[in-house]
Amino acid sequence: MSRNKILFGIGVLAFVSVIVTVRLGGFLVDNEYRQPDRQAAAEEALGQAELTPRQQGIADEQAADEAEARALPYEEAEYRSVPFVGSRVTVWVLAQLHLLFAAFVLAVPLFAFIIEFIGYVKKEERYNKLAYEFTKLLSVSFSMTATFGAFLTFGLIILYPKFTNYLMHIFSPTFLPYVLLFFLEALFLYSYYYGWGKFGPKVHLFLGFMLNIVGTAIMFIANAWLTFMMSPGKREDVDGDGVPDFVSAVSESGALLSLRDAFFNFTWMPINIHRIIANVAFGGSIAAAYAAFRYLRAKTDEEKAHFDWMGYIGNFVAIIAFLPLPFAGYYLASEIYAYSQTMGIQMMGSTFSWLFVIQAALIGNLFLGANYYLWLGMGRIEGTVHFQKFIKWLLIAIALCFAVWATPRYAIASVSEIAAMGGNSHPQLAVLGQMSAKNTAVNILILSTYMSFLLYRRTGRLSLHPQKQLLTRAQAIVFSAAAALVIFFGIYGYQVDAATRVRFAIPQVYSVLAAMAVITIIDLPLYRNARQEGETHWGKMPAISQYALIFIALSFTWLMGLMGYVRSGLRQEWHVYGVVLDTSPDAYTPSLGFATQVVSVTVLIFFGLLGVVFWLSSLGGKKDYEPKSAAELEGGQAA
Amino acid sequence: MDGFNLPLLLALAAVAGALVWRRANTLTWLLFSWGALWAFFKFGFTVPIPQSVATIYLGITTLALVCFASSSRERLEEVTSPIVRLIREPRYRLPLAALLVALPALAAYNVHADMNVPLEAPGFGREVHPAPPTEITVHGETLDMATADNPYIHLHEDDPAAYEEHLENGRRVYYENCFWCHGDGMGGDGMFAHGLNPAPSNFNDGGTLPILQASFVHWRIALGAPGLPAGGTPWDSAMPAWEKFLTTEEMWDVNLFIYDFNGFEPRALGQH
Repeated sequence: MSRNKILFGIGVLAFVSVIVTVRLGGFLVDNEYRQPDRQAAAEEALGQAELTPRQQGIADEQAADEAEARALPYEEAEYRSVPFVGSRVTVWVLAQLHLLFAAFVLAVPLFAFIIEFIGYVKKEERYNKLAYEFTKLLSVSFSMTATFGAFLTFGLIILYPKFTNYLMHIFSPTFLPYVLLFFLEALFLYSYYYGWGKFGPKVHLFLGFMLNIVGTAIMFIANAWLTFMMSPGKREDVDGDGVPDFVSAVSESGALLSLRDAFFNFTWMPINIHRIIANVAFGGSIAAAYAAFRYLRAKTDEEKAHFDWMGYIGNFVAIIAFLPLPFAGYYLASEIYAYSQTMGIQMMGSTFSWLFVIQAALIGNLFLGANYYLWLGMGRIEGTVHFQKFIKWLLIAIALCFAVWATPRYAIASVSEIAAMGGNSHPQLAVLGQMSAKNTAVNILILSTYMSFLLYRRTGRLSLHPQKQLLTRAQAIVFSAAAALVIFFGIYGYQVDAATRVRFAIPQVYSVLAAMAVITIIDLPLYRNARQEGETHWGKMPAISQYALIFIALSFTWLMGLMGYVRSGLRQEWHVYGVVLDTSPDAYTPSLGFATQVVSVTVLIFFGLLGVVFWLSSLGGKKDYEPKSAAELEGGQAA
Repeated sequence: MDGFNLPLLLALAAVAGALVWRRANTLTWLLFSWGALWAFFKFGFTVPIPQSVATIYLGITTLALVCFASSSRERLEEVTSPIVRLIREPRYRLPLAALLVALPALAAYNVHADMNVPLEAPGFGREVHPAPPTEITVHGETLDMATADNPYIHLHEDDPAAYEEHLENGRRVYYENCFWCHGDGMGGDGMFAHGLNPAPSNFNDGGTLPILQASFVHWRIALGAPGLPAGGTPWDSAMPAWEKFLTTEEMWDVNLFIYDFNGFEPRALGQH
């Protein structure tokens, strides 16, 4: 007997078993025990049959439940719970998923608009096509964002009704503008997407510009809600003594004093800046992952070339945005510290500081992944041998900086290791765990990555500039001077007090940014009319390069989830820091291990959903369905 | 080179020199780099580095070397061709057989070594800077930790003579009560310090007093170990709750004194 017949037989048997069980149950209920006296028979004949013991039991239970419900007075619920998962984890996951899709939907129009604009200025159709390819991802992602936004709103109303009501009390005037902006975003997004090629280029660019303005405004409003929860007020020197005073936006009982102060609160602008930059980096990496996904599935050379280029541009966007991100993060962290010593210490010196070791590992991986992709990318260009010798030194610099950044100030150690070290810090390695070393490492990482970009840009091109040697030397001097300055301030930081050391981060950052700006300014004329020595073969990348792109996107997503948890977790037992106490059973700070598990599961769900977005977005490029002709059907039957 | 295992470093340098002299291929260099760094992390320091840190470093090393080996088709070819030759060519049968025995043996030894670690109590990660609560109560008075400041700090400008008196009082309080553990020079090396683990705070360290607000230091002085937050236990701190022995004024005075003695200023409110 064939395997299919056996499976069919099992299926039929299972179906029959279910039918028989249901019918048997019905028969037993219909013929259940009744009192065998004449009175019962007479009542039954008159339609007043006495209840069977089972029916009586059910009726009694219903009556008892109803009586209990009537006895209870109506009370406003403070919290409601979710079985197994818990209300906090439910809201946490929903908020994270909403935020990830929202970040993507805000970021993609930003660089799609820039790419379209470049295409318009350079009069090159390929840029226009690329921008459209990016925009194709938006439609489904926008729906996902709205869906998870609704999930999150309902989750908050159902699970945290009292707290949600409080937020409504504070921010109700902002809700209507938010909804109106959301409507406008839908309008601009769909007209931007469906209007591709239907409007003139200027009108279409205007739609893209407005989409970005509206999207950013939406984010700024939402950022006010969440930053209010962290810092419900502002710091201002009220008494003129030069020392900032805390000006609360709400009274001690939580009543609103100033909507303006609640909205433009202390951490609002640092979050806005950090999120805009991070969204672009994240969006670029997800778009690059989409390109990698399509590249790996591509069947023709033309498709491969297109998606290779798209992946390159997506990654380029991600890394360009990623370079200033550590500075924006540093600014945000220092503002949190300035707002509240407790939150600052909690973040960098206490419970949450361990998560920054994981963050260091992820960011190190990101830098390594981004450089690795660029080095592999050199393989698609002829004439790269000259630059290959630099890769070794760049890799050594990146690995060293990665190691310094991942060195914890106080190591996880066994008792014997602690005894040998005389404490939790190692006598030689402890210096690498301090801020001076970390700042130096991240700045050198950024410089090294920029250098990889520069090498990639020059691959296969020969400068014909008459001052080529002089300008190249000038670039080398600027690069070396910036690196030397960064290292000098890093070492000198150990010789000064903490307040001065923290301020050293500023010249370090400025020297790196200035070096990148000066080198770029020199590089533009240097390679403007360069001779193309080798051809670029788009679509000739090894598969591992595409997995590197997916890895980068995964790392970005994980990083966002992790750092988002740190920012939110800093409030600890407060819904609104110092104002509204969390009295739910989830008011405790979860263990770091549990938090990372929740973040990991959220990232997996996000990538699962992203797979659906990618699949739906790629459907447009497929051939239309065509019913088989009669000849094909006959041919099939004959075979 | 104090703190490093110099003979090992010299030996590794000698091997590296020999590889340069023999013009070793890329695969040999990669294997040497990994092995040398493993040896350096394991035996290169006089005080061994914790296993957790060594694992991070080796992970980074492995990742970097894999990236390097596969960063171009030519380099990947350079790395893999000796391996392919080893597997395919009959003249390498003996080394191949030796390798096939050595690899599982190495894995078995690794398992054996991992299983044979001496049993010991787990170590506790200690929070060095506990996060303060939002408010504290000292001698029945509630202080907001974000806004509270030393009530005598303004005397430095307004009434220098009175400020000096408070400093003197702080000096007296310090050398009557604190120096036993924190030391004459405030280096955390007082005569009782050797009996305490973790050691008392070193106030000379530029990474301690200047990054803290005066309210934080007041919290630590007034409530000591019993006042540490429950969230970060176990604390293993021997700091007494000085509110039981000193007046509020004495505690703020000693607060002034330890900053003044070390030439530091407390972190101001809102300072980054």
